[in-house]
Amino acid sequence: MTTVAPTTAHAERLERLAEHAYNVRMHALQMGEVQGQGYVGQALGAADMLTVAYMDQLRYDVADEHWEGRDRFLLSTGHYAIGLYAALAEAGIVPLEELETYGSDDSRLPMSGMASYTPGMEISGGSLGHGLTVAVGMALGLRHRGLAEQRVFNFLSDGELDEGSTWEAAMGAAHHRLGNLTAMVDMNALQADGPAQGVLRTEPVLEKWQAFGWHAIRVDGNDLPALVDAFDEARSVAQPEGKPQVIICDTKVGSGVTMLEEREKAHFMRIEEHEWAICREQLTARYEAAKEAAR
Amino acid sequence: MSTTAAPKLKTSAMIASFADPGQKTAPAPFGHALAKAAEQDERIVGLTADLGKYTDMHIFAQAHPDRYFQMGMSEQLLFGAAAGMAEAGLTPFASTYSVFAARRAYDFICLDIAEPNLNVNVVGGLPGLTTGYGPSHQATEDMAIFRGMPNLTIVDPCDSIDIEQAVPQLAASEGPTYLRLLRGKVPTVLDEYDYTFELGKAKVLRGGADVVFVSSGLMTMRALQAAELLAAHKVDVAVVHAPTIKPLDVDTIVAELDTPRLAVTLENHSVVGGLFESVASALVRRGVSRRVVPVGLPDAFLDAGALPTLHDRYGLSKEKIVETVLAELG
Repeated sequence: MTTVAPTTAHAERLERLAEHAYNVRMHALQMGEVQGQGYVGQALGAADMLTVAYMDQLRYDVADEHWEGRDRFLLSTGHYAIGLYAALAEAGIVPLEELETYGSDDSRLPMSGMASYTPGMEISGGSLGHGLTVAVGMALGLRHRGLAEQRVFNFLSDGELDEGSTWEAAMGAAHHRLGNLTAMVDMNALQADGPAQGVLRTEPVLEKWQAFGWHAIRVDGNDLPALVDAFDEARSVAQPEGKPQVIICDTKVGSGVTMLEEREKAHFMRIEEHEWAICREQLTARYEAAKEAAR
Repeated sequence: MSTTAAPKLKTSAMIASFADPGQKTAPAPFGHALAKAAEQDERIVGLTADLGKYTDMHIFAQAHPDRYFQMGMSEQLLFGAAAGMAEAGLTPFASTYSVFAARRAYDFICLDIAEPNLNVNVVGGLPGLTTGYGPSHQATEDMAIFRGMPNLTIVDPCDSIDIEQAVPQLAASEGPTYLRLLRGKVPTVLDEYDYTFELGKAKVLRGGADVVFVSSGLMTMRALQAAELLAAHKVDVAVVHAPTIKPLDVDTIVAELDTPRLAVTLENHSVVGGLFESVASALVRRGVSRRVVPVGLPDAFLDAGALPTLHDRYGLSKEKIVETVLAELG
């Protein structure tokens, strides 16, 4: 019994997360369809990372977004807001019925994420390379105030590794031994001007973070079991004073929807009006097949 | 070559004081004021980017070592982290040179601090022409850069009194501030006047029938000195000190300028985008048509050299102010 129970629990945990990840992707497609455009490719690629963060790792109070004991999640990449709104909706922080207002005038869900608009949004991202600097101060500040158990998560993109400020912050975090800080890097290998390797070469990324004094883990960011293991490893080494952790996630733009995975990669992915239904069908078929295979 | 020529003055080290010889001064008024304010307010923390000693932050660090955070020579991190600390419930004072705050870290101050209206206090050393090191260190356009930033309060103190009294008010005020720091041995001037610093207020330091000076920062000290010298020329000069550049005390300043007196603004800053243009726009908005003579730095990259040489060259010395006023009066 004692050897079987954890395995079963783990399988149930993964099954539950797979369903949440499916829902998060559906929410993102819904927002994309309302707008007829948007950063759907990025949202689908990062859906597993956001799902594990919000549905498995972060501590928060759905009824009180300002609860002092919460973990902080800082979205640097403002244009990934569509993905974060999907996760916030799945977590119950943003009402599901509000998703259809995404990007509309007077909506609390603007195209680029901003703290003053959206419940649960800690910072205004968008000017890339800011999030990790703010996260360093937040981790320092929480620790200084004795909120030592609270963790700070910063979601950043591989494009933000081009920014010098990201590396200022990486040095600062290690210098101040911010073991309460976890960075998650979405390595989707795509930037505004094309494939990341042709824009500015950032590899070897794992070794760079290690050299900067971080506990660095690299993982397939669309492999839920591997992601969960990576987040668990980061949590196991997280402490008020220690090495900051980074989870480097290789992801696929459009992940979960075959048609979008195979489409020519673009920062701003074009989806025709009649294709949204196909996207949903493909997403559901893939999810059902994986669920069946797991049984 | 003449053997009797006066030896040329030499550029001072960065930490030189701009006090006149024999002038009353106070040591590191900012550092002492911050250390004192922190005793009353446990939220106050101090950060710097490898310029603690050069922004008087080291005094605070000695008094409150556990509340002092060295961020390294990383100005983007400095202000991003200050924002994060404010988000975590603290009241940061973050110091570097004005050139680095205004030019290098603008985006971080703007979006991470000013947009969410956080109580972060940006402390900039070497404002205007207070170093002879040339354009890399002379923040001659810092106010011009910062004035366009919504939510940011800008303070240009005259002396040690201003700084001592401003620091607790900056800590207590909601939203971000930018303090044009005077550091080291800072002149003490305003104790001889019936004056207290009030955030957002301009104060009439002395009345005068012929000329009215509106000044900020160390130029208020020069304005007061020039007023004394002009009295010997039978010119009666009023001095209005406006240490808060934004929001400007429009009521006081427009009332003082809406008279037949010769109007002069004096600032340790470019004539573009600082006190002169703030005052000019305030007058226009109120429909007051007055000619205003700007005493300030030219719209140019300035020379390196000794501060007394440069202040004389660019018209900020008390003697040059007297010359300017007498020429205007004909």
